[in-house]
Amino acid sequence: MVHNIDPMIPIPAHIRRVNWETEDTFTLLLEPECGNNNKFQFLPGQFNMLYAFGIGESAISISSDPFKKNTISHTIHRLGIVTNSLSQLKHGDTIGLRGPFGSGWPVENAKGMDVCIVAGGIGLAPLRPVIYSILRSRKKYRKIFLLYGARSPLDLLYRAELEQWGKFPDIHVLITADHGDSSWKGNVGVVTKLFSYIKLDGFRTTAMICGPEIMMKFTLQELQQYGVPPNQIFISMERNMKCGIGLCGHCQCGPKFVCKDGPVFPLPQVSHLLDKKEI
Amino acid sequence: MAIKDLSEILQTHPFVNDLTEQHLQTLISCVTNVRFSEGTYIFHEGEEADKFYLIRAGRVALEIHAGKKGIIRVQTIGPGEVLGWSWLISPYRWHYDACVVEDVRALTFDGKCLRTKCETDHNFGYEMLKRFSQVLEQNLKATRMQLLDIYGS
Ligand SMILES: Cc1cc2nc3c(=O)[nH]c(=O)nc-3n(C[C@H](O)[C@H](O)[C@H](O)COP(=O)(O)OP(=O)(O)OC[C@H]3O[C@@H](n4cnc5c(N)ncnc54)[C@H](O)[C@@H]3O)c2cc1C
Ligand code: FES
Repeated sequence: MVHNIDPMIPIPAHIRRVNWETEDTFTLLLEPECGNNNKFQFLPGQFNMLYAFGIGESAISISSDPFKKNTISHTIHRLGIVTNSLSQLKHGDTIGLRGPFGSGWPVENAKGMDVCIVAGGIGLAPLRPVIYSILRSRKKYRKIFLLYGARSPLDLLYRAELEQWGKFPDIHVLITADHGDSSWKGNVGVVTKLFSYIKLDGFRTTAMICGPEIMMKFTLQELQQYGVPPNQIFISMERNMKCGIGLCGHCQCGPKFVCKDGPVFPLPQVSHLLDKKEI
Repeated sequence: MAIKDLSEILQTHPFVNDLTEQHLQTLISCVTNVRFSEGTYIFHEGEEADKFYLIRAGRVALEIHAGKKGIIRVQTIGPGEVLGWSWLISPYRWHYDACVVEDVRALTFDGKCLRTKCETDHNFGYEMLKRFSQVLEQNLKATRMQLLDIYGS
């Protein structure tokens, strides 16, 4: 459900907190001014268009717990004009928000299955709501694997939470960095390396992957080796966006609009599009 | 530890999957069970590479001294994986330091003893080469992916 009366007109969202996760990535805790008693409903995997007034808009996934509806968070990697401007916001500032848009992760359909979540870099942000949702209904799922990789230990997001999640029984949290200094005692290597430390029951696994496309490609090879059927693999695609509602064609990828049909797709719908820029 | 126990332990490691009984026995004749505590070094760069290790538990980090950048950990090796291939390839020297980052239990194999066995039994030698080629291929693939900087795009 989009919270804007007109999906092209942003609603105000007030900054309640800014948390720096790493040197170049921060989380904004927002209180959107929406109807419905200011309760902002969204599905894990959906995104909002965040508008830095006078600067521009960016598509940013929602990274908070879908059950906490008064505030939402967005974890943002500072890249260019809009994200740099968002990085300068402080408590009490206001931005514009349109959304939530797009499809979500198959959190309901994965009930009764093992779940393998694979994230690279900032890709953990859109998957964090999945983890919160699973933890709330833990008994409805079988084993949970979270495989997460980042360039270096300093680039890992949500470190305190990763540690907490790893303490739950039957949640296997495996983390790796491409390289580390001598204070890093964790795994070193890319995220696909972590597959050698787990045993997946391919047929009973739902996999959810988010990260740069090259990382997702290598991850798919590992999942194939375990025999996870393609229709049980879901990936989040990123393409440049403008309207967010399937009107402008900016995010078109063959017959699909990433903003409307995605960003989360079952693999068979997009495997041929991996690595292709928008058409 | 009795040979029988070592044989049982060895057979749980993926490295020996589908190895014939005869080749398994050849390997067992060169094996020792070892433990290393966190913080110790299993070998250092430049030292003679006269062993390899099948890791059963724990984690080892391969380190490079990168001048002003200090020590960089470029790879870790954990349960079910193989540490060390330089025992098989001349000039038999380690290229990294191997630091234990989590207490390790492993089986170690005498490289010189195995090289002799590879020379006298070429079938066994070929089997070793096939298995270590896989280790090398995995390392090469991992290094390429690290170079691609797969989270950077
Ligand atoms: C559905 C969806 C969800 C997203 N979720 C998040 C999120 O949770 N957190 C987050 O930090 N980012 C997310 N992004 C990416 C984010 O939208 C872009 O990084 C942002 O719009 C860049 O805007 P900018 O003005 O700061 O950079 P620009 O000035 O537009 O660009 C700076 C540089 O970044 C490159 N760039 C721009 N957009 C992207 C992109 N989508 N992917 C890769 N490179 C890009 C440009 O080519 C340029 O080189 C998401 C994108 C989509 C489509
Ligand atoms: S962003 Fe306009 S169609 Fe998708």
